[in-house]
Amino acid sequence: MTASMDAAELLRCYEQMAVIRGTEKAAHDLFLAGLVKGTTHLAAGHEAVAVGASAALRPDDYVFATYRGHHHAMARGASPAECLAELMSKATGVCKAKGGSMHLTKASAGMLGSYAIVGAHLPLAAGAAWSARLRGTSQVAVAFFGDGATNIGAFHEALNLASVWSLPVLFICENNLYMEYTPIGSVTAAEHPAADRAAGYRLPAEVIDGNDVVVVADAVGRAADRARAGGGPTVLEARTYRHFGHSRTDPAAYRPAEEVEQWLARDPLDVAVGRLTELDVASSEITMAADRAAKTVADAVAEAKAADGADPAQAFTDVWADGGHQWRT
Amino acid sequence: MADLITYRDAVAEGLAREMRRDPAVVCLGEDIGAAGGVFKTTVGLLAEFGSDRVRDTPISEQAIVGMAMGAAMTGIRPVAEIMFSDFLACCWDYLANEIPKMRYMTGGQVTVPLVIRTANGGGLGFGAQHSQATENWAAAVPGLKVVAPATPADVVGLLAAAVRCDDPVVFFEHKGLFASRGEAPPPDHVVPLGQAATVRPGTDITVVALASTVPLALAAADELAGSGVAAEVIDLRCLIPLDMATVLASLRRTSRLLIVEENPYQGGWGGTIASIVADEGFEFLDAPVRRVAAACVPLPFADALEDEVIPTVAKVTAAMRTLLDY
Repeated sequence: MTASMDAAELLRCYEQMAVIRGTEKAAHDLFLAGLVKGTTHLAAGHEAVAVGASAALRPDDYVFATYRGHHHAMARGASPAECLAELMSKATGVCKAKGGSMHLTKASAGMLGSYAIVGAHLPLAAGAAWSARLRGTSQVAVAFFGDGATNIGAFHEALNLASVWSLPVLFICENNLYMEYTPIGSVTAAEHPAADRAAGYRLPAEVIDGNDVVVVADAVGRAADRARAGGGPTVLEARTYRHFGHSRTDPAAYRPAEEVEQWLARDPLDVAVGRLTELDVASSEITMAADRAAKTVADAVAEAKAADGADPAQAFTDVWADGGHQWRT
Repeated sequence: MADLITYRDAVAEGLAREMRRDPAVVCLGEDIGAAGGVFKTTVGLLAEFGSDRVRDTPISEQAIVGMAMGAAMTGIRPVAEIMFSDFLACCWDYLANEIPKMRYMTGGQVTVPLVIRTANGGGLGFGAQHSQATENWAAAVPGLKVVAPATPADVVGLLAAAVRCDDPVVFFEHKGLFASRGEAPPPDHVVPLGQAATVRPGTDITVVALASTVPLALAAADELAGSGVAAEVIDLRCLIPLDMATVLASLRRTSRLLIVEENPYQGGWGGTIASIVADEGFEFLDAPVRRVAAACVPLPFADALEDEVIPTVAKVTAAMRTLLDY
């Protein structure tokens, strides 16, 4: 298959993946320095799924992600600075420091939230797709989710109804082989936890290389075209791998060293560099892109660090649409 | 004499009025289309508005409410039906974790203007999984508005306010009231959320009620009127926003408060009202605050057993007498 991405677009994707990787590395370091509290679920290793999908989507499409969603927020247009500020409990956080790492949202860029109850957002994406149809637009909605979400009821309810109503929605599984600490294969009655289930709902499915940004962009582009043309939902299962544990407290000692080594050798950034080289992009250009990404991240860290802390008064805003929190009259 | 309408027909009337007014209003739920709803509360909607706006769903409560949420976040005003309020437990994640929190935890980036309608309450012998009064479940979650009308006119007026509200609203229709009749509401009837109604003025005791307990309280007040007691009955209409101003103003005049609620005493909404009165209305009281609520057991099937558990006119009358004699 011929890759659809030209060199300039691929270089842009590479730089964006490098920014996301660098921002998450910074988040990790800031956590160790005591400047990020709570927890983080780093997506390092998954960047190609978010960046490839975003490259194939329109700016007015809708994206719903999970608590492992830093990459999706940034791929859709949340700035590294506002994401880091959110993690650091700063007033300039993308959610005013009321959401935190697990709930990064950039509604103005069509990134309609990161959801921390596994699988809950699949029906939401179907609902946004239904809304697009009702309003007569050609928008599509995308739900990104982990392999673990394929064993919860909301996944099955959403796939069934989206299929019956032939909604313009893409269900994209980031299969990183582990449901938190447990190998997904040991708790799932299907080899491909998302793709194999699609047939039961009469949905087309594809298992793809989630570490190759070009492969992801092509597959998402095909599925989105089909959805916009009235062809209904698609299930994509992107195989990928976490570079860290499930969350901050997880050293991921349960993963065989050989497996980790194999997947690190397929780092999505390296895969993109390989693709760029095939397209005759000079190594100096690739280095310049990496340098620009590093500067973006360094500037973002400085900006987030310099920002004011969250205003305590914000605890009492944004409950209701009038901006307030009054529950009595 | 004004036209009469049933509470049941008022639901369909209220939905139809809002759907005529705003093309963004759509309905989804189990058996709401061709069947007209298992309680016949959506009769006529499919014929008038078509299957794009009145959609039958599978028995998938998470998909029903989750899809409503996704649609509400993107420019639609869905009205989702959950057939029995007991089934809210099947999609409770959406009511507890998703719908009420999305606006807050995104720092106000999104709104979720939807209504979840559900048939609530007991008295019809449906047993423990189809009879509960669960309005206190919803009232326990910050970020949800909670409405429970007692009359057909209020069904229409509160439904209009709920659909037009930019916040999520859980709308409890009481199964025991579906067959009741009342005055038909005028055109464009809207009852603002958070405004209780003093449905019977009085000076001797305040009885606070909601939905099914409003007619119980009125019947009890009528009964005691023969003994010269002037009871004031307040229909809260909404639990969130909670109109404590009306309750406290009434209590200032009557000095006695009885709360009648169908949900269980443990965790029931009357506890919140009693707590606010203890805090802000203590000086008004000449007697303890009393609650007539459901007993803290699952709802039994047989009439003779169910009557033991849920509020009845006799229980309300007895509690009022105790407070008046205090």
